[in-house]
Amino acid sequence: MTESSTVPFLQACDLTKSFSGVKALRGVTLEVERGEVHAVIGENGAGKSTLMKILAGVQPQDEGQILINGLEVPLKGVDQALEQGIALIHQELNLADNLNVGSNIFLGREPTRYGLIDSNQIYSEASQYLKMVGLEIDPRTLVENLTIGVQQMVEIAKALSVNARVLIMDEPTSSLSQLETEELFRVISNLKSQGVTIIYISHRLFEIKEIADRVTILRDGKNAGQLEKDAITHDAMVEAMVGRDISQFYSRETREPGETVLSVQALRTQTWPQHEVNLKVRAGEMVSIAGLVGAGRTELLRAIFGVDPSSSGIITLSGQSLTKHNCRTAINLGMAMIPEDRKSEGLILETGSRNNIGLPGLDRHRINGIFVNAAKEKSDAERMKREMRIKSAHDSQPVQYLSGGNQQKVVIGKWLSMNPTILLLDEPTRGVDIGAKQEIYRLMEELTAKGVGILFVSSEMEEVLSMSDRVLVMHEGRIAGELTRDRASEESIMHLATGGQPSALMTEENN
Amino acid sequence: MKKVLGIFLLLVFICVATALLSDRFLTAFNIENLIRRSALFGILSIGAAFVIITSGIDLSIGSVVCLIGCLLPWMLVECEMSVPMALTMVTGISLFIGLTHGLLITKVKLQPFVVTLCGLLFYRGLTRGLVKDQTQGFRGEFSSLRSLSQGQLAIPGTDFGIPNPCLILVFVAILAIILLNFTVYGRYMLALGRNETATRFSGINTDRMTILAYVICGLLSGLGGMLFVLDVGSAQPVDFGNFYELYAIAGAVLGGCSLRGGQGTIIGVVIGAAVMQVLKNTITLVDAIPTNIEYAVIGAVILGGVVTDELVKSFAAKRRAKLGK
Repeated sequence: MTESSTVPFLQACDLTKSFSGVKALRGVTLEVERGEVHAVIGENGAGKSTLMKILAGVQPQDEGQILINGLEVPLKGVDQALEQGIALIHQELNLADNLNVGSNIFLGREPTRYGLIDSNQIYSEASQYLKMVGLEIDPRTLVENLTIGVQQMVEIAKALSVNARVLIMDEPTSSLSQLETEELFRVISNLKSQGVTIIYISHRLFEIKEIADRVTILRDGKNAGQLEKDAITHDAMVEAMVGRDISQFYSRETREPGETVLSVQALRTQTWPQHEVNLKVRAGEMVSIAGLVGAGRTELLRAIFGVDPSSSGIITLSGQSLTKHNCRTAINLGMAMIPEDRKSEGLILETGSRNNIGLPGLDRHRINGIFVNAAKEKSDAERMKREMRIKSAHDSQPVQYLSGGNQQKVVIGKWLSMNPTILLLDEPTRGVDIGAKQEIYRLMEELTAKGVGILFVSSEMEEVLSMSDRVLVMHEGRIAGELTRDRASEESIMHLATGGQPSALMTEENN
Repeated sequence: MKKVLGIFLLLVFICVATALLSDRFLTAFNIENLIRRSALFGILSIGAAFVIITSGIDLSIGSVVCLIGCLLPWMLVECEMSVPMALTMVTGISLFIGLTHGLLITKVKLQPFVVTLCGLLFYRGLTRGLVKDQTQGFRGEFSSLRSLSQGQLAIPGTDFGIPNPCLILVFVAILAIILLNFTVYGRYMLALGRNETATRFSGINTDRMTILAYVICGLLSGLGGMLFVLDVGSAQPVDFGNFYELYAIAGAVLGGCSLRGGQGTIIGVVIGAAVMQVLKNTITLVDAIPTNIEYAVIGAVILGGVVTDELVKSFAAKRRAKLGK
């Protein structure tokens, strides 16, 4: 911006926010002009959502101010934000789908007549707001009968009905079809011409190029640059998002991988049945699946493991081909999975590390067909506690009292006691401290050295780059491209993860 | 073990108090009768405990008791079936009921409360229709079969004997303890009661374990129904076994089962069931307590028991947190 005499319409200055010690925002500044479409982009965990939640009054900031027309405004609570005309359209829509459109628009501030709800007024006023977003539907229609795209328009109409001057849209197109997306863009430009300001968050860089007037880029909870309309290009955005110093934070040796231990052919998950996924992992190989949140990585891993049914496809494990298998078969053939959410999927929090570690092996080690082999369970738990350096008072101490890192070690130990040949890990170091992180990396390294094949999902770029022999990049349910260790870089991964063509990557690299 | 100690002390306290307040409590007849009733309800409570441990519930226990309790004399007397045949039939029916509940809950994904509530209504109505509301009895016959409930194992050198239902309870309880604590299936049930997802992620067929719990409950309800009718001698389809599911569940809860699942010991449950029966006995024997407030007393004692348990737990948690710092 050149020196402008007027102050920006909406200003957020030096916002900081921590969640239980983890800094999500470290002094972020955002300046938005009236009537512009201002995009905010960044990698997973860059702080976009936190910033938006602060602006919408969902969470208070730790430090920093928010100003409208140069005056500081308090935003303690969603109602105060709405009073200032700031409304957030959530990624997951927040409509009561058992009520009709009109009732949703006026939910919580229904006009009354003689103490009863005045339906006529609701419907006539709702119609006006619906027209503003280009909808010609009966406000008596039940929300559950509308498509996601139309529901989103209803959300926008609801925001307009409280005289919102700033609309924050968090990934508004993530579940929209191409046509619905175009319709949304038409509504956005229409609102813009009426002086409504839009703050637009998206992972889809092509969309941003199309509709944004300016882009603010966040990285690691800090500002990482701003692009004016003419400077918004795919490459410029990617560069600003990733331009981070990747110091040697964990280095590993690469080695020649062995035979294929896992092969996935034409797998279709139930979430993305339109795409077939093919992949192979070899003994001693470390393969990562990178991609943005919601690209279908977890769903893929769960389908491979067999905890979620797949629509079709063949998994080959230790020479055996499986179709429509369940995870018990996969476990018996040497597969193990460390799930994304250890508290709900990995652990039984109220019991100790011994019972948690012993659980998957009870079946294999049972005595006389039905009895628990308590001695084996105990020795396995002790061995894992030693090898994994799990810090607990005793092996019956409920794991809910352990730290995140130690809990994760219990989950990993639980599967290592089964001596897997192929290990799947979903976000293996999420929510663990740096020390435990290094130990988990060391362990993954040792396992591949012993010939275990590893397939892991990670949203942490350093982890992907430093640990993988190969990187599979997912975009909207399919594998958008595969990068070998020497070809993988933040730029190349982000390019594929945001829907860029692999061919473009080739020419780019050849240049 | 601490939990079992708590409920055991409660049992002792009620017994001592009743013995002091009524001289009829410590008579051989009363004690024997009390042990017999406690044993019968103990069997039902063990069944309830298995479904509660898998974080389920079975409201149909009383109606299954009614169904089996009426069917057994009906088959023997009206249909003139042989004893082994009739016993096989009632066992098969109880098993089928449990299996159906389990399948509806796991495969059709209905809520346990709804499935077994429908069972509660259905089996009662079915029984009344089948025997046309007529009281079913043994007409003074089948005394050897009835000795299963009425007989007792004499203790040499004394006038006392151990009622047969108590021996059956001990047998069932030992099997249940082995199943719950020493086999992999018991472990799976405890684990899935705590966290079904994590258990499924560990490669365990949680559906099969849930079904097993309902089958056990169905079988023990059937066994209970059989023993009850053999004890009493006749069953009226309108009210036989009425509210028994609530005594069974209350016994299990008093005995340390959490309705959130994953928790409970068989010994505790058996003592819990006994507490309920002693309490009923107390109300009958102690003249100061009017009989018509029976349910109020039982309700208050259960509430007091679980409140105390919760207070002790939160106190322990606080102390642990302090020690942790």
